[in-house]
Amino acid sequence: MIAEAGLAALWLAASLALLQLALAAIGLAGGKSELLGAVRPVAVAQGVLTALAFALLIALFLRSDMSVLLVAANSHSMKPWLYKFAGTWGNHEGSMLLWVTVMGVAGAAVALFERALRRETHMATLGGQAAISLGFYAFLLFASNPFARIDPPAADGQGLNPLLQDPGLAFHPPTLYLGYVGLSVAFSFAVGALLTRQVDAAFARAMRPWVLGAWILLTLGITAGSYWAYYELGWGGWWFWDPVENASLMPWLAATALLHSVTVLATRDALRAWTVMLAVVAFSMSMVGTFLVRSGILTSVHAFAVDPERGTFILALLGIYIGGALALFGWRVGAVREGAPFELVSRETMLVVNNLLLSVILGLVLIGTLYPLLTEAFGHKVSVGAPYFDRIAGPIALALMIVMVLGPLTRWRRDRMREVARRVAVPAVVAGLVFLALAALAWGRIGILPFLGLVIALAVAVGSVAPLWRRNLRRTPLFTWGMVIAHLGCAVSLAGMACDSAFTVEKLVAARPGDTVETAGWTLRFKQILPMAGDNWTALQADMEASRDGGEPVLIHPQSRFFASPPTTTTEAALLTRWNGQLYVVLGQEADEGRWQLRIWWKPFVTLIWLGGFLIALGGALALVGRERRGWLLKWRARRALEAAA
Amino acid sequence: MKAKHQRLILAVAALAALIGAGLLAASALKDEAAYFYAPNDVKTKGVEPGKAIRLGGMVVKGSLKRAGDGVTVHFDVTDGKATVPANFKGITPDLFREGSGVVAEGAFDAAGTFQATNLLAKHDERYMPRELEGMQYDEKSHKMKADR
Repeated sequence: MIAEAGLAALWLAASLALLQLALAAIGLAGGKSELLGAVRPVAVAQGVLTALAFALLIALFLRSDMSVLLVAANSHSMKPWLYKFAGTWGNHEGSMLLWVTVMGVAGAAVALFERALRRETHMATLGGQAAISLGFYAFLLFASNPFARIDPPAADGQGLNPLLQDPGLAFHPPTLYLGYVGLSVAFSFAVGALLTRQVDAAFARAMRPWVLGAWILLTLGITAGSYWAYYELGWGGWWFWDPVENASLMPWLAATALLHSVTVLATRDALRAWTVMLAVVAFSMSMVGTFLVRSGILTSVHAFAVDPERGTFILALLGIYIGGALALFGWRVGAVREGAPFELVSRETMLVVNNLLLSVILGLVLIGTLYPLLTEAFGHKVSVGAPYFDRIAGPIALALMIVMVLGPLTRWRRDRMREVARRVAVPAVVAGLVFLALAALAWGRIGILPFLGLVIALAVAVGSVAPLWRRNLRRTPLFTWGMVIAHLGCAVSLAGMACDSAFTVEKLVAARPGDTVETAGWTLRFKQILPMAGDNWTALQADMEASRDGGEPVLIHPQSRFFASPPTTTTEAALLTRWNGQLYVVLGQEADEGRWQLRIWWKPFVTLIWLGGFLIALGGALALVGRERRGWLLKWRARRALEAAA
Repeated sequence: MKAKHQRLILAVAALAALIGAGLLAASALKDEAAYFYAPNDVKTKGVEPGKAIRLGGMVVKGSLKRAGDGVTVHFDVTDGKATVPANFKGITPDLFREGSGVVAEGAFDAAGTFQATNLLAKHDERYMPRELEGMQYDEKSHKMKADR
């Protein structure tokens, strides 16, 4: 019954989406404004129903109902409950249901909580959201029904890919999806504003919290995913330029650009058309990402079984929505009035440069990701990997970092070159000193990009707190703190990346129990190999004692795990975190004569990468809270003033 | 500054960025896009030493040998028409074994041995490098069939 109820809820939600679209369209275009009153309740009901369908699918997974095809194909009754729960979205159908759920709930949230937008634009936005949802409902119901039954029921499930059997699965995909799909709200806002021709500062102020929210979640999701890949895959890397990673990076780049341009629009009423364009691009990148992942068209650890029919379906949705939005943009952009002017030396210009650089990286990543598809159409097999992406993204990202120091130290509207130079003097001097010190210590021993990365990271760290200089810290608005912390996070992350690539020490040996391995100041005593067993796996575990410079030894346990269903071996690396880096030990296979392969890394300051990502998200959260609180305070004061006058 | 001039400057900057990005992408792709080679492509087309490529094929039965250090493996890769020797230092993927498909990333050294820096093997039936799709190893003839 649960599966049938879930399917019914899904059909009902889809019909409500259709109703929502029809009400908004007839209400706005047909001039029947009395219909508009129904749009919000319908949007809320639609959100509730999708959430219900998703909750029912979770229940099926938790109960291990093997008469449901999806559960039988992706779950197993012996699996720990956390992975039964998180396994709901560890497969194609479940993750698409999560996508639709987030979209429905986001629409309901816009219906309930959005107060700043003008009524017609609000209704047009909800209509746009329903239009996008409809396509994905169709995709679920016609091409990937998560509630399909099998008869007879399976004796037991086939299990979940062991690489996914990790607490990371419970956190990373939902956060990322909230971010991805949260951008659909920005897309709908843009469509709504184009339809009603109301692109201005008030529109930007209404859209900003939604963009910020999606961007924060996207940042957290990517950071978590990077750390998960780092410890789970046992390759010691934190970013692989895998197509699926690119698929999450591209919306983030677009959302980051959008976040900055929407601020220009909200503060200075400039960059109107550009901001609307970016809002369209950001969610388009989310959909392109979904297409790449879900069609299995590119090589990736995330690519599931290839299904051309689904690929074509998503490609069609992509064409309709992106093409439709761009056509609308082309048709209506002439009606968007020109924004406020600004001088060449101004914060607006800095933010335009920021947007250009982010767009360029986005474009280059997109080209690199799609290039293999293009060449394959002409019969060449080509793979574009880390060398390409490092070479293009590295230098532009460093340039972006320099603009990041300049921007906050430049005034809005008009500034003077000399004044800006005076304000960036301190970070520039720091950069110079670090450059000289590092050149004296390590010239020629580390690559040029990590070298520049370290120099710029320290300059950005100083430059990002410079806006607080000579300010009363307690009266500095929360959103300024947010910007400072987010920019500082970029510096921290960059420093971590540069340290990892410049100073990592790797050692690969075959050792017997009883042997001692030394590397990078660490002494590892290999004590023994023991068999282990968990709920649904068996493992070989190495017991080792690690000590640094003769300090207290710590026990570590790298494992090689074997899962029976599906039959797969995974490596469980042992990580030892210190303030100045991480020791990373992987147990390999048995070599000859009772020796075991060990791969050991000492990665100085590698944890800064994810700490930085967390700081960036925290900065975003502070900005969001700060803006909302200020809006709320202003309203409250206005009301009090009114009451006092009366 | 007049608004018109400002728009013009922005448009020119955007155009310059676009062209610059296009040129950068083209040059980087020309240098860095690793072409996928089967052993027969290596034989017929030739690959200069040091050029990063992906080499794909089957691990020849009986060719897999471990070096004395316990962490280096030697193996031969074949596509049924040609065979090339390869080395890999590191922990091999679990499904990397004789007779199985492999995609190796790396470059040829001067002696003509492929020095792999990374091996991609099938995770299981559902997770496999796309390059290996459609490749099958014929157990009887020890030949590889590529069905496309």
